[in-house]
Amino acid sequence: MGKISMRRMKENQSGVITEINIGGALGRRIRDMGLVPGTEVTVLGRAPLYDPVALRVRGFTLTLRNSEADYLEVEVE
Amino acid sequence: METTVALAGNPNSGKTCLFNELTGARQHVGNYPGVTVEKKEGKYSRNGHTIHIVDLPGTYSLTAYSVEEVVARDFLVNERPAVVIDVVDASNLERNLYLTVQFLEMGVPLAVALNMGDVAKKRGIEIDREKLSILFGVPVIPTIARSGKGKEEIMDAAVRIAREEKPRTPLIVSYGDDIDGALLEMEESIITNGFLTETYPARWIALKYLEMDEQILSKGQKQNPDVSAKLEDLTRRVSDHLQKTLNTYPEAIIADHRFGYINALVRQGVIKFRDHHDRLYASDKIDKVVTNRFLGPIIMVGVLMGLYHFTFTYSAVPVGWLESFFGWLGDAVSTHIPAGLLQSLVVSGIIDGAGGVLGFVPLIMLMFLGIALLEDSGYLARVAFMLDRVFRVFGLHGSSVMAYIVSGGIAGGCAVPGVMATRTLKSRRERLATLLTAPFMNCGAKLPVFALLIAAFFAENEAVMMLMITLISWLGALLVAKLLRSTVIKGESMPFVMELPPYRLPTFKGLAIHTWERTWQYIKKAGTVILGISIVLWAMMTFPGLPDSQLLEFENQRAAAKAAVSMEISREVESYEGKAVLSREASNLRNQLLGIDSREAEAALRNSTAGRIGTALERVSKWAGFDWRTNIALVGGLAAKEVVVSTLGTAYSLGTVDPEESRALSEILSKTPGWSPLAALSLIIFTIFYAPCFVTVVMIVRESGSWKWGMFSIAFNTLAAFILAAAVYQVGLVIGL
Repeated sequence: MGKISMRRMKENQSGVITEINIGGALGRRIRDMGLVPGTEVTVLGRAPLYDPVALRVRGFTLTLRNSEADYLEVEVE
Repeated sequence: METTVALAGNPNSGKTCLFNELTGARQHVGNYPGVTVEKKEGKYSRNGHTIHIVDLPGTYSLTAYSVEEVVARDFLVNERPAVVIDVVDASNLERNLYLTVQFLEMGVPLAVALNMGDVAKKRGIEIDREKLSILFGVPVIPTIARSGKGKEEIMDAAVRIAREEKPRTPLIVSYGDDIDGALLEMEESIITNGFLTETYPARWIALKYLEMDEQILSKGQKQNPDVSAKLEDLTRRVSDHLQKTLNTYPEAIIADHRFGYINALVRQGVIKFRDHHDRLYASDKIDKVVTNRFLGPIIMVGVLMGLYHFTFTYSAVPVGWLESFFGWLGDAVSTHIPAGLLQSLVVSGIIDGAGGVLGFVPLIMLMFLGIALLEDSGYLARVAFMLDRVFRVFGLHGSSVMAYIVSGGIAGGCAVPGVMATRTLKSRRERLATLLTAPFMNCGAKLPVFALLIAAFFAENEAVMMLMITLISWLGALLVAKLLRSTVIKGESMPFVMELPPYRLPTFKGLAIHTWERTWQYIKKAGTVILGISIVLWAMMTFPGLPDSQLLEFENQRAAAKAAVSMEISREVESYEGKAVLSREASNLRNQLLGIDSREAEAALRNSTAGRIGTALERVSKWAGFDWRTNIALVGGLAAKEVVVSTLGTAYSLGTVDPEESRALSEILSKTPGWSPLAALSLIIFTIFYAPCFVTVVMIVRESGSWKWGMFSIAFNTLAAFILAAAVYQVGLVIGL
């Protein structure tokens, strides 16, 4: 168990969001898409150039750039 | 009064599908005033009642994150639809309910269409519809929009709600002690002052203040600055407190609690999952291949090439039909209207102009069909996902690639559908940068120009030159995009946070409607404007005519040529209709006469307004190696790039030149003094980058929502093109090419 930035999650790794360190439009968008603290996420894969990343959240697939994933802290097993 | 029903919901929830099922072909597509967000409206009839249906843009939330959200919100409060049908994707219920909760908090009369229950079932999701309906206090009707199942039931429920007209009590979600306390205090002063309450519920206004919603804040400041200041004060107090105690801010807490509220619903047994959440679905398995590190890019190139081949191969035949039709129409008109200005106006101005636009229609239709197929199936989102990393470097977005390819990124294409294809881009800045640079791609109309110049000066290296031209245009487009994004369209890029929708088989109805509405918009808008412009261009190349003295001189030359041979021969030539074989003397005379005609056309062109402009421009254009003939051709190319080759033909006294058959012209060019491989290269560069054709400019204006950007693309592109061409030409001269 430990807290890491979402960028550092590996493929097929799961975790629970603990913190979102961004406000403004990006923070709003991230929350509106269902990424709030306590949400479980799994990394499905990455684009051919390792960025963006595809996540499974609440049963759907969400993509975000690594620079955006930096703001999310995740507790992983 | 006619009842208005609004369809709302998340993107990909099947909202548009339901709309198509309800309204069929009886729909009208327009824009919301002032923005480029599409507004779709239609009519639905049942039991003698006609209901007006508005398809609101798909949104995930009702904050002010995107134009779509603002548009949807404004519609709800300003137009006050009798009922809002919230289309909810049952296979993705938690995220979809986030929007539903916001509707309920706004207190709008609501009916929920629980869509795609079949997909949910397959995914092992069970939903207790009745419980959901009781908890929300609104009807929840199961629908399968793809097949139209449940559409009568949902409309019946909507009509029932519309008839009830009972006041709605907004849903109250608890946001924890800090926020709830502030909300109560704020609500009180909102109600006592009647602050914005004619449009919004009090609690909702308070929530928006806490969320620091810019739109509501500025409305409030306008209506009552004192109350607004008080509310802002309260917001600041709560924010400071939350910052100190929990290191967070109101907006975050509100979102957390909304999802908390939804989670509570799940716990009450509304949603049951038979499988674990992160199970791999069929769609994920496809993605494992389609977005694979190695296979993904290969498949993508294949799909894009396929789209391009499909469009240009299958449109060639109908485009040919239309071309022959307009050719026939021109001939038919020529025989009925006596030769002269009127004939020239109708044939060269109107028919050629309208033909230029309508000739594109089959191509555009197929292109839109292809794009609709990629979009509706969900593949386009994957393309954006795979290419985002590359395009981001230049300030663009992964989805920009589509517009580039359609515009001619692989050589041959058309910037008109290309500019329209930028609609798939949701963020304004990236969209603008893309639609301003997409015209740099090598569209099908620029190809004849390149073909002509390559044949004349680089005949040994055809393939290499074509490849170079393609690379130059991509490099130029990307660098210009970067330049624009760091100067005139500067600013943060929109977040990429995006849904990858599950792959779905597109429905025929959806594809047909999608394709047709876009094609029709093209015909309507481009058709009217371009017709006017082509008449203006025709006039510029026709007036002023040659002075009488010069006309007389050409007439004398003709008479002299005829006088040099016997009467029978000149009569033979006059009655010649292109079928019989002429005698040697007669064909000699005919060639002489044709030569005189061509020289007259050349003189007339040089004397015309366009010719004078071309001659005047020589002073500047000589820096890039262009003479007056090239200048006119380039000016003509503003109408449509195809015109460049045919105008060069006229300017070099060849009479009419078919752009596809330009061999004679390329021979002349290669022998004309002043032309050189260097001048040709300079012209190629200029042609790649200079002002887009008028149809494209019209589209840029339409899609960017302002004439400013259309004018910008004409001026900026031409200037950039000229600087590049002149630089190449001057450097080439110095190093002695």
